[in-house]
Amino acid sequence: MKSLINFFEKVGFSVTSRIHRLGTATRLFFLILLASGESFKRFQLTMKEIYFTGVMSLVIIIVSAFFVGMVLGLQGYYTLQKYGSSEAIGVLVALALVRELGPVVTALLFAGRAGTAITAEIGLMKATEQLSAMEMMAVNPVGRIIAPRFWAGVIAMPILAAIFSMVGILGGYVVAVIVIGVDEGAFWSQMQANVDFRYDIVNGVIKSLVFGVACTIIALFEGYDAPPTAEGVSRATTRTVVTSSLVILGLDFILTSFMIGG
Amino acid sequence: MDKIKFDAWVGIFVAIGVISLLGLAMKVGNLTSNDIRETYSVIAHFENIGGLKPRAPVKGAGVVVGRVKSIIFDTEAYHAIVKIDIDKRYVFPKDTFANIYTAGLLGEQYIGLEAGGDMKNLSEGDRITQTQDAVVLEKLISQFLYTKASEED
Repeated sequence: MKSLINFFEKVGFSVTSRIHRLGTATRLFFLILLASGESFKRFQLTMKEIYFTGVMSLVIIIVSAFFVGMVLGLQGYYTLQKYGSSEAIGVLVALALVRELGPVVTALLFAGRAGTAITAEIGLMKATEQLSAMEMMAVNPVGRIIAPRFWAGVIAMPILAAIFSMVGILGGYVVAVIVIGVDEGAFWSQMQANVDFRYDIVNGVIKSLVFGVACTIIALFEGYDAPPTAEGVSRATTRTVVTSSLVILGLDFILTSFMIGG
Repeated sequence: MDKIKFDAWVGIFVAIGVISLLGLAMKVGNLTSNDIRETYSVIAHFENIGGLKPRAPVKGAGVVVGRVKSIIFDTEAYHAIVKIDIDKRYVFPKDTFANIYTAGLLGEQYIGLEAGGDMKNLSEGDRITQTQDAVVLEKLISQFLYTKASEED
């Protein structure tokens, strides 16, 4: 009987603590929105963060996009060739990248490359009491430290996703047209006939924008909420990657079903 | 110095992003080609639309001239009412023929318009009276088998 009550206590605690964290994260989100005036008035702050989250992620984004595009080209070619429609390879590569892989893989890489850095940085700032020191000097740490990072992430993500899609398509082009020898005209014209600007490209951009908000807010919250110890910061960094990846994949399903259904 | 470096790199980053997006829109997407802006809509009644879907292309002589806007089922006459948006640049006579064709053997279905000889042109809200339904393979096969069987008698 005692152990049964213990069990329910554990379940109840884990549920309420999760809801509590969700509430704190939502409150942080609104605090950021309220305090984000400074990150646009002094755009230099945001600019610096775009450099760290966006520009520094360019290399990993471009290299992985190129490989993803090349693999899509190879795999797609060997399957489509069986049905004698290897010219459709351009459509396959473009639609897969623009609709799904571009936003999703970019967001996953972004969570690993930039999200962890944000969490560790803010967690350490909190552990070394830099955030409290700021408050003592009557500087709002949310406006000065957190909001610029949030807007930098939101701005950088769609740009990175667009670069990912374009580079991936070029990778597919290299494999399909230059290496395998699919007709170049058919490759591009089939692609243009089947990729719709409004329904495919704009939806991809919307997706990456949503992922940008989700990824950055998770990274910021985990850092802001981390226990101020070395262990706490390391755990928070791990949680950033795990939570962001799950949220990205879950949101992707929800967004896709809205975009296709609606 | 540092400030200029950040600005320059962010500038390059945003520029690459914009170029990629433009590349996607122009080279990959169909923003430049068959861009239909101003349209007029006409309706057509079909007994059977087969696998026609909203946003399916409407073609005249193979050129995309419009898109299917909506398909509804009429409960009074029990047929399908298809609303078609046609680009304002293209005009068709009032006795135009609307047929539902299939692109390729297994491809998507589209509406093909064949111009008639009427002096007046279709305008907003008009109805295309002469239509031909989609070919349903099962019907075709059963008809074929039926005639085969009757020949043998």
